[in-house]
Amino acid sequence: MLEVHRIFKTYEGKPLLEDISFKVDTGETVCLLGASGSGKSTLLRIIAGLEESDAGFVSFNGMDLTSTPPHLRDFGLVFQDYALFPHLNVNENVAFGLKMRRLPQTEIARRVASSLELVNLTGFGTRKVTDLSGGEQQRVALARALAIQPRLLMFDEPLGALDRTLREGLLNELRTILHHTQIPAIYVTHDQEEAFTLADRILILHDGAILREGTPAGVWSNPGSAYVAKFLGLGNVFEGVVSDERKVETRYGDFTVQCTHKHSKGEKVHLLARPLPAESEANVLQGVVSDIIFQQERFKVTLDTGLYVYIDDAPKVGESILARVKVECLG
Amino acid sequence: MGNSALSVSLWLKRILLWVPPLSFLAILFFFPLSKILALTFDFQTLTADNLQLAFRVLRFTLYQAVLSTLLTLLLGLPSAYLFARFDFRGKSFLRALTAVPFMLPTVVVASSFNAIWGGRGLFSFFFPSFNLHPSAFTLILLAHVFYNATIVIRVVGNALSSLDPKLEAAARSLGADSFRVWWNVILPLLRPSLLASSLLVFLFDFTSFGVILLLGGSQFSTLEVEIYLRVLKLPNLSLAALLSVIQLLCTLLFSLLYTRLVTRNPQQLNPRPVLLSPKTFKQRVFVSLFCLLLSTFFLAPLSALPFRSLFRLEADRGQRGEVQYGFTTDYYTELFVNRRGSVFYVPPIQATANSLTYAGATVILSLLLGFPAAFALARPTRLEKVLDPLIMLPLGSSAVMLGLGFIITYGQWLTSPLLVPFAHTLVALPFVIRVLQPAIASIPERLRQAAAALGASPFEVWKTIDLPILRRATLSAATFAFTISLGEFGATLLISRPEYPTIPVAIERFLSQPGGLNYGQAMAMATILMSLTLVGILLIEKFRLPKSGEF
Repeated sequence: MLEVHRIFKTYEGKPLLEDISFKVDTGETVCLLGASGSGKSTLLRIIAGLEESDAGFVSFNGMDLTSTPPHLRDFGLVFQDYALFPHLNVNENVAFGLKMRRLPQTEIARRVASSLELVNLTGFGTRKVTDLSGGEQQRVALARALAIQPRLLMFDEPLGALDRTLREGLLNELRTILHHTQIPAIYVTHDQEEAFTLADRILILHDGAILREGTPAGVWSNPGSAYVAKFLGLGNVFEGVVSDERKVETRYGDFTVQCTHKHSKGEKVHLLARPLPAESEANVLQGVVSDIIFQQERFKVTLDTGLYVYIDDAPKVGESILARVKVECLG
Repeated sequence: MGNSALSVSLWLKRILLWVPPLSFLAILFFFPLSKILALTFDFQTLTADNLQLAFRVLRFTLYQAVLSTLLTLLLGLPSAYLFARFDFRGKSFLRALTAVPFMLPTVVVASSFNAIWGGRGLFSFFFPSFNLHPSAFTLILLAHVFYNATIVIRVVGNALSSLDPKLEAAARSLGADSFRVWWNVILPLLRPSLLASSLLVFLFDFTSFGVILLLGGSQFSTLEVEIYLRVLKLPNLSLAALLSVIQLLCTLLFSLLYTRLVTRNPQQLNPRPVLLSPKTFKQRVFVSLFCLLLSTFFLAPLSALPFRSLFRLEADRGQRGEVQYGFTTDYYTELFVNRRGSVFYVPPIQATANSLTYAGATVILSLLLGFPAAFALARPTRLEKVLDPLIMLPLGSSAVMLGLGFIITYGQWLTSPLLVPFAHTLVALPFVIRVLQPAIASIPERLRQAAAALGASPFEVWKTIDLPILRRATLSAATFAFTISLGEFGATLLISRPEYPTIPVAIERFLSQPGGLNYGQAMAMATILMSLTLVGILLIEKFRLPKSGEF
């Protein structure tokens, strides 16, 4: 089990990570989700031992790793730009970590073959890595990390350089492999789709702090803050003023919300109006249609107020509509 | 990296990397330099007579350099135009041919010119009736053009082929004729490259030593030649020191100008040069004439040298009666003979063995010192920004001056053959670093991190990642050091012991002796040196990383 204890890190005098703590359990995949500059890659490098933190420490199965250099940590690392060794072929790249561990030749050959099989690259062994496509290169990088049978796998935006179709394919394979091998993994990405597909648990990083932690479903149904709701694109996020218990006045109208927080009258709060139709709701978004985008099974309708809703049957631009939606308080 | 403990260990690593190259430079360059400076700024040195002589020598040095530069432009500019604008058969060969002399040792260039145009050369032998003996001064100027033309061809040619052809078309559509297109559009755009290449050529002509000494003798006293004379022939070390300080200040000034020029006008990139096969009559005449001119000018000396080394055209010294003219291998076999009363105390071929030994030592030494420096420079911090020009400084000082510094500072050890590889390493080190540094910098840090994450210790990372990837660069740097050492003339001439001559020194001694045999042996030696250098050039080309990089 990996434990990250109260990590602090500054970069050029500015705080980059502030008091980060979390755990990764056996067999668990944790996604660090955050915009660029949120410090997520630095956090990964600190865990890998490639960078040192200003305070705090990382431990594995209760052992403090602070004085363990990266090459003795036994963590697999997969980079966005693959970092394949250009002077070695596919086999040699995958065998690299095994040679470092001084395993016998036969064992190396066996593990290289099974790793390549795992990533569907059987038969690619003698190819030059520079001749491979981006997707193939990323599979080699994955096989190389898997071959050493690490006690933790770490991914730094591994699919960022690939196009959409390839990404989806590899993402599904990765999911299967992680599930199959039961190696605990930390996956860093700015792409919520990747995070929601892979993660057992999601950590949302913002300004060097963990803003929200939970299962994909949990985070989705309860974002907990205006930033997370906006970052995940869950719907319309706007401000309002509490006028009465459960009543909030906003520039888009008055809304009734269920809220676990205790708000006093006159307090400013953020609301999330999910764009999905909700017949049972009392809350209504009202406006004149200014734009309609076809999105396969539904239409995204933008109103003159700037808010948007999803509607099954397309209205006309200029038409005035009412849409019942679910409105939540983000605190 | 904010962590203070980390920074300390990083700094320690940096400093450890810098200790070997910097202490080498301190002992063998900066300390001797300080001695030279001390000798110069002395009341006994700065006399009216000395200053007057220095001024006269400086004036002549500038004069010959300006003249050589103008002649180089005269040949180089049309050639640059030829290579940048036209496509014709044999172009890449011709282009490579023009680049060869630049990489040849100056003694080889001088010997080649001697072999064809010199008083005992092929031209005057086959066409004695022409009575066309180019003066020594003309020969010097032509030799300068010979090895510097490629600078103009490359630099201006690159600028010319990266000009947007649409500019020319636009100027024409606005009513400019060919002359006005050149005068108002192309030349102003080429100005930075013209200035840069001229300055570089000027710098090489200004510091030229071997060619002037071997083709002109001591009558043409440029700064370099005069320093040499004042060290060995008419000993006056303080005057030599004064001259070398003037020389150093001048080269530093010109290099500074050059660097400013180059950094201010970075080469603009236009990836698609437009090449034409010559179409109009005028174009065909131009292309054919220039191809002929260039191939003659460059091929004649290069082929005359080996030819002359295999043909007896005059009587050997003391040879009387019937002289066998024609093909002979005597000049080569004679190299293995230790004649009494000859220029050496050892068989002349020993010079080849010496040269190879020195070159091998230079390779090892310059790699050992160059690697740590290149590693530090590949990821520069503020420290490296300060140290980089410092470590390149030996490039700006003349070889003769390095020799002078050695003599003044370590005169008591001059009997040791060890000094020569040290001097050669001083000259080769900047090149070695400049070859290794970009190669090291081109290895992404990610690769090392990936290797570390896979279980490679720092040493294993260096062994399995850096070293194999750097193999080509290392071989290339080694070959550079090897060929530089083989051809080094100025410093070696001053500090080498008579019983340990190198090839260039042997050539100089043969050439300064009368008689056909000595001359022939000079040609044979120069041919050997040329062949060795050509092999080196080929190897460097082979090791060069492909431009469309693999990684």
